Amino acid sequence: MAKLLQLIKNFLVTLKFITKGSRWYYGWLAFLLFLITSGILSYIKQIDQGMILTNMRDQVSWGLYISNFTFLVGVAAAAVLLVIPAYLYNFKPIKEIVLFGEMLAITAIIMCLLFIVADLGRPERAWHILPIIGAMHFPDSLLAWDVVVLNGYLIINSIVVFYVLYRLSIGKDYKMSVIWPIVVISIPWAISIHTVTAFLYNGLSARPFWNASILAPRFIASALCSGPALMLIIFQIVRKASSIEIADTAIFKIAELIAYAMGINLFLFGAEVFKEFYSGSVHLAPMEYLYFGLHGHSSLVIWMWLALIFNITAFILFLRPKTRENFFTLNLACALIITGVYIEKGMGLIIPGFIPSVLGEIYEYGPSGIEKSITVGIWAAGALVFTLFLKFALPVYTGQLRFKTLGSHSEE
Amino acid sequence: MPKEIKNNILQKPFSRRALLKGGALGLASLALPVGNADASVWEAFLQKHFKEMNDDELQSVIKRMEKEYAEKYNVNFNIKSTKPLPGTLFGYGLDVSRCIGCRRCVYACVKENNQSMEPQIHWITVLRFKKGEKWVSSLEEAEVYYAPPEVPEEGHFYMPVQCQQCENPPCVKVCPTQATWKERDGIVVVDYNWCIGCRYCMAACPYGARHFNWGQPNRAKQEYNTETHYLGNRPRYKGVVEKCTFCIQRTRENPGRYPACVEICPVGARKFGNLLDPDSEIRYCIENKRVFRLKEDLNTSPKFYYFFAT
Repeated sequence: MAKLLQLIKNFLVTLKFITKGSRWYYGWLAFLLFLITSGILSYIKQIDQGMILTNMRDQVSWGLYISNFTFLVGVAAAAVLLVIPAYLYNFKPIKEIVLFGEMLAITAIIMCLLFIVADLGRPERAWHILPIIGAMHFPDSLLAWDVVVLNGYLIINSIVVFYVLYRLSIGKDYKMSVIWPIVVISIPWAISIHTVTAFLYNGLSARPFWNASILAPRFIASALCSGPALMLIIFQIVRKASSIEIADTAIFKIAELIAYAMGINLFLFGAEVFKEFYSGSVHLAPMEYLYFGLHGHSSLVIWMWLALIFNITAFILFLRPKTRENFFTLNLACALIITGVYIEKGMGLIIPGFIPSVLGEIYEYGPSGIEKSITVGIWAAGALVFTLFLKFALPVYTGQLRFKTLGSHSEE
Repeated sequence: MPKEIKNNILQKPFSRRALLKGGALGLASLALPVGNADASVWEAFLQKHFKEMNDDELQSVIKRMEKEYAEKYNVNFNIKSTKPLPGTLFGYGLDVSRCIGCRRCVYACVKENNQSMEPQIHWITVLRFKKGEKWVSSLEEAEVYYAPPEVPEEGHFYMPVQCQQCENPPCVKVCPTQATWKERDGIVVVDYNWCIGCRYCMAACPYGARHFNWGQPNRAKQEYNTETHYLGNRPRYKGVVEKCTFCIQRTRENPGRYPACVEICPVGARKFGNLLDPDSEIRYCIENKRVFRLKEDLNTSPKFYYFFAT
């Protein structure tokens, strides 16, 4: 009973911490809530009238939602780039901030699940995919695998984050013996979520653009660019907004790792381009559509070239110590790489799977207003989740927030 | 605890909680009616997978559906659940040299199978090719939306495509909920009440045979075919996938009837029969004509044979 009371009390303390803030904080929350509300309204409309409100059709049956889903699986998987140096190599500057990477992973997975739900024609039947109460098609369907690995990753990261925060909040250090086994699982698991998601597309022989063995390695390489780049930006905000010290060395180290990842990504891209264009078989069509347009249809061409230019520029900026250790060029490179990968791994990956269609038709897809509004809403929801996470975790980290435990007299 | 915080706890969480509760209830009421609402909605929500139901459960589900349909469409539907006939494996033949591209099959199919007319769903797509240009292994030059005053047109030929009822169907393999499967007589079917609308099967199908109900399916009430099969032409729902079933409601009867597309074809380009019966017309075609199957390189092993009779 006393324990329960304590729990409730601690919960209320938490609530107080995350609901109190500066005018800027409230403004930010209000802004996010506005976007979320408009997303929810759009979603209600989509549920009511059907997915005919999107611009997806039988020819291009996946669009903006699945594009965002794919990109965000990459962001989630990228936490591994912090976990490896932090826990395996005991690189101290990164160890101090690895928690934020894990929180970003949790947020990204939540967004992934929201994008999947937004894409379902019958979301109220989503439970059919579960084992026992539903009829999960495991191991045949890669989507069933994805449900397993994504939820598993969510659980693994949640355990780590909540355990560490809990220990810190009662004024104790976390035990490496508890963390270690989870960390060891989490590394291959992070790779698995992205591999399985790549296999989801990769396994479809009907879609030659996806049915290339290079897909999964490229997924991992590009994920290790965009996710960490997003983290670099977040770290700088955290550093500005709180008294937490994040060492420059940690930031520069991550930037260096991004350069290698992008180098591999560009190499794999080159390999793909060579194979398709040199052999020039009929399976070249989707690639041709992406970079040069097909039969006069070319709505993605400009985006794909932009993505390529962004990625190459960012690669150079990250590679040169001089530019990656200058915060202006570093942030520019981060922004370029996030945008570049978002285009390449989002619409640039999903849409050409469907163009030309299996019967040779070209249906040019561009997202509708409803799709955009729901997408923005889900991004805002993700931003909200991450903001609340930070709002709670930062004072715990700095020691401003301490829970009372039974029998202890720690100060609040 | 400082006073200021106490006040906060006492007031803020209350209004927050009320808001959350209200929001949650509001959302829930959109999806499902609460309390005194019609119990059949809950029954539909909790309905089991087709293959998990025993005969009694299936009959009660069918009764409920017939009632729902009657209320919704003002006509009485008969929903059969005829099982596969023993010793049958259905196969289809299409004579490319005869087809004149008239699309009568497309419309006979829509009439028979209760597809939505607005938005429009066709299970058969007739492709038009210019003679001498790429076809079969590259469909990029196929024309779907041709509309000449008269067919056949000089210098063109036609190839209708519909579900190929693969022996090794990629759509079945990828479905995360087992909402689609291959029956013993070789027909690939969908449980419209189990499909979650993820459209993974549509990405997996190499033949564009699967179609999604992007909007609420609509057609004039008097145009419904009321003789239906649970796994076939009964009215569908918004947000689920559907496909050709070789007119399961006709072909599983004993004596069986031809699929509507076979029946309507004015030039006799369409053949249908039991692949296990050595005396069937389809077997004759396969054994004596030059046949090919679409996208053989994918090893889907269609039971839909294109051939040249002349």
